[in-house]
Amino acid sequence: MQLIDQAGVQHILDRLKGQDLYIHLEMTNGAYAAHMDKSRHTASTFIKNAEIRYNEGSIAGKGPYRVGLKLEQGGWVYSEGLTHWEDSETERLVMAGHDKEGRLVVALQLSREPF
Amino acid sequence: MERHILVILPHPDDEAFSSSGTLASHIHKGTPVTYACLTLGEMGRNMGSPLFANRVTLPTIRRVELEESCRAIGIEDLRMLGFHDKTIEFDQTRLTQKVEELLEELKPSLVITFYPGYSVHPDHDATGAAVIRAIGKLPAADRPVIHCIAFSKGCENEIGKPDIINDVKEYTEHKIRSVQAHKSQFSLGQMVTGKSVDDPAVRQRLGTEQFWTYRM
Repeated sequence: MQLIDQAGVQHILDRLKGQDLYIHLEMTNGAYAAHMDKSRHTASTFIKNAEIRYNEGSIAGKGPYRVGLKLEQGGWVYSEGLTHWEDSETERLVMAGHDKEGRLVVALQLSREPF
Repeated sequence: MERHILVILPHPDDEAFSSSGTLASHIHKGTPVTYACLTLGEMGRNMGSPLFANRVTLPTIRRVELEESCRAIGIEDLRMLGFHDKTIEFDQTRLTQKVEELLEELKPSLVITFYPGYSVHPDHDATGAAVIRAIGKLPAADRPVIHCIAFSKGCENEIGKPDIINDVKEYTEHKIRSVQAHKSQFSLGQMVTGKSVDDPAVRQRLGTEQFWTYRM
């Protein structure tokens, strides 16, 4: 994973627009959050290989970044805190946000094929 | 001496700190060990330090790490059962059936798993619960002994002290290699708070593994 290149991400968002896609969207603070520190609240959520189509999609911010996808069926996908992407991927978007220790906190991935 | 040990844990690396020394010692004595690892830990947060994995590549990387850990321990029969990380408690029918098949095939004398309710991660608790449910269906005379791993805060107030304390100092090297095999997940330096693995306190900690015998 490399630090996000905003223009590179936007380029792929534009390429994937208007197509049937599979999404992986996730946020987690780790299964052991409350075990390690009682004051914390363990929470995580993911949706994997749900099908979406968006007609507007863009990346915003100065890093960490936000991505918003306006869905054809009328809904939204939103993700904040994205720091990294995989720049070797040209046909799909693999993005994540990592904390200071390098752990994944948030992930957003789009692909024509299931993950 | 045990006849056959069946280890059932949900994530690659669950074996490393909990039981790798115990397993290496049994294997050294000639007991066959089968490790059924339910998932590939595909939802783990650790991607290596510095980062070398991502959500897409993590399962493949962790599969290779798991195989390397098993080689370090001496485990020759590794079964990767293809469940998805974090979903164990929602896939109980399939899991119970898988565990029943393994028990039928291997007829282990000892099963190692997590103590349901005292193992922090929902996948751990659900794995232990399925194993105990499957073993409970066997006639009492055919049931293997069950050694459980537990580590929730305050668990000893409810289930008492562990009754099995294994001295595995002779197998510390196996254990360290098992831990280090999981490169994307652990930095041994962090786990032993920056001390050398040759530090006596670290050796002491790595040299003991503890379990609770599950009473049906």
